[in-house]
Amino acid sequence: MTLLAPDIGTPRFPANDDVPINLVRKPVRGDRVFNGLLAGSSALVLFLLVGIVVFLFVHGWSALHTGGLGLFTDKSWNPDAHLFDIWPLLAGTIAIAMISVVLAAPISIALALMINEYAPRPLRPWMTGVVDLLATVPSIVYGFWGLQLISGLQAAPARWLVDHVSFVPFFRTATPGQFGASIFACGLICTVTLIPIITSISREVMAQAPRDVCEAALGLGGTRWGMVTDVILPFSRNGIIGAILLAVGRGLGETMIVVLVLSRANHLTSALLGPDGLGSIPFEITTRFDAGSPMAKSALVLLGLILFLTTLVINLVARAVVTRSSESVL
Amino acid sequence: MTQTLEAPSATLPPVEVPPDRPRRRRSVPRSTVIELAGSAVAATALVWFVFTIAGIKGPLGEALCMLVAFVAIYGVICWQLYGVLAMKDRLATVAIWSGALAAFIPLVAVIVYVAFKGISVVWAHFPHFFLADMSGLTANSPVTAVGAGAAIIGTIEQVGIATVITVPLGVLTATYLVTNRNAFSKVVSMVVDAMTGSPAIIAGIFIYIIWVVPQKENGQTGFAAALSLSVMMLPIVTRASEEVIAIVPGSLKEAALALGSPQWRSTLRVVLPTARVGLVTAMILGIARVAGETAPVLFTAGGNPHFNWNPFSGKQDDLPLLMKELIFQSGKNITRDAWGVAVVLVMVVVTLFILARLIGAKKPGPSGFTVPWRNRRSPEEATELFAPIEQ
Repeated sequence: MTLLAPDIGTPRFPANDDVPINLVRKPVRGDRVFNGLLAGSSALVLFLLVGIVVFLFVHGWSALHTGGLGLFTDKSWNPDAHLFDIWPLLAGTIAIAMISVVLAAPISIALALMINEYAPRPLRPWMTGVVDLLATVPSIVYGFWGLQLISGLQAAPARWLVDHVSFVPFFRTATPGQFGASIFACGLICTVTLIPIITSISREVMAQAPRDVCEAALGLGGTRWGMVTDVILPFSRNGIIGAILLAVGRGLGETMIVVLVLSRANHLTSALLGPDGLGSIPFEITTRFDAGSPMAKSALVLLGLILFLTTLVINLVARAVVTRSSESVL
Repeated sequence: MTQTLEAPSATLPPVEVPPDRPRRRRSVPRSTVIELAGSAVAATALVWFVFTIAGIKGPLGEALCMLVAFVAIYGVICWQLYGVLAMKDRLATVAIWSGALAAFIPLVAVIVYVAFKGISVVWAHFPHFFLADMSGLTANSPVTAVGAGAAIIGTIEQVGIATVITVPLGVLTATYLVTNRNAFSKVVSMVVDAMTGSPAIIAGIFIYIIWVVPQKENGQTGFAAALSLSVMMLPIVTRASEEVIAIVPGSLKEAALALGSPQWRSTLRVVLPTARVGLVTAMILGIARVAGETAPVLFTAGGNPHFNWNPFSGKQDDLPLLMKELIFQSGKNITRDAWGVAVVLVMVVVTLFILARLIGAKKPGPSGFTVPWRNRRSPEEATELFAPIEQ
């Protein structure tokens, strides 16, 4: 089939003329000032981070210089006597974060799945709202609640664990007969603060799983659980891992709960169920900083720097994992 | 396979064709309910029997054993009746329900317990609790003697100053991150992400080192506390604003640019006004997040049982700090007052959160406020201007 078209001769433009025109023009003065303002305020955020690291390092230097390798080899923690053994504090901080994350992760993922897939539809926005609201409730309220209620309630199960499964080194108490004010109690209460964090992030990631693939899985005769394991979880795996890592960072830095519940101690022990066991970095800083000698203050600032850098790295990894997951979904 | 069938000669009665309706699978079938109930009864009876025979006591252990027995019995029933796949699905449903309950119960318990303990304290002497300060506090002082007034003033001033500092900075930074995609903005974005979850106590030490220590005795003020709250708040506000600004349709901005407005004008007059609802929500959520932060104000605010209206001089109290002080002092009445402060704190956070939700539920979009007043016309003028020209 031919179309009779008027002969217009050769086109004036080459065939591949649909390249975008470069619209970037020289910015006017107002734009330059405005962009400078924006860049300046961004630089301030950057300076804030650099400032925190530099100032903490400068003020922690005298402890670092005096302590040196003693940070890892000294016998105990007593900065005034130039003893800087950070192992009990570090181990306690990590133990609290680990206990709370190990307890919080499975039930938070269950709650996220519940909100997204299992709960009655009219209830879903309410459950989401309650979880998001509880993520903003201050941790001192959780801490006080834990101190008054959970600390007492957890003593009976802790006693049972010590009586029956004390062949596991964790399930022992450093002070026989006492089960309160322990690392385990702190971890248990921190669990409650971590649940909203893991739930809300993993719920958002799970909601991004493509709905048509979910429907296809159901349409092929799969069960709902089959859809969850074969579609939703693979799609949101990275996001869930990222959420758990963020929660680890939060658990490491959790301050008020530990301050309210834990008893002050720093003995390197594997027993997690009683008072007078491991210490905690936020606890040590909070309770000792105000009235400490210059050397003690410097040592505590050094501890703060260690904590800050650790959570910084964990957060960066977590964000990278979450971002990659949302990109791979698209 | 072709086979011709004779059409039946007799006319059949018209068949009732059910209307074409989508199948609804909302309700749980009765068989499932019976299986669930039966398994639950069997598990309860079994565990109760075993525990009574063996003389074991302990509510938590009993509940756990019941759950295990229930899962086992229900699993066997479903396996026998429907097969392995259905069994897995049913058991997973049970696991998710119990996990979600295990997560939800403590969360709701916190709110209920705090409200239960605290509202009576606040109610016992209603306006007084918000108006008086803590100067009359002793171990046995009645609830009528003290109040959280000084702390409420402190919280309002400190969080207010922190908001004034961080919101402009956060919005500007977020605008930069959205409009520029270069190495610098990537680094800043990463830093904001990393600092959002950093430990609160670090902000406290940092401001203590750079602000409180150089000023010796006069260092601990409400302003110092506001600074350390700002360190916490800036990444939160920036991240939330960035998300809001990023979803402003590019076509709006391009329209402004195509009309010849420079970039700064299109940002200030089109992008930010369009996102203003989300920006307000971001600000309120940021306030709610830092209003209850205790660790940053521990070393910076100082704490003060008396009223101090001036945030720039002298120590100041605030709600989280007051609560911490009350918890650490012994005395039954003091603990009771701590519950009162806790409930005030939770109410502040809940109010802010609901406010943010209500504002955020409004649809974002341009409003009349983007038209400058000098360009507005009175209705009469407008009618005259836009009246159809009569031929």
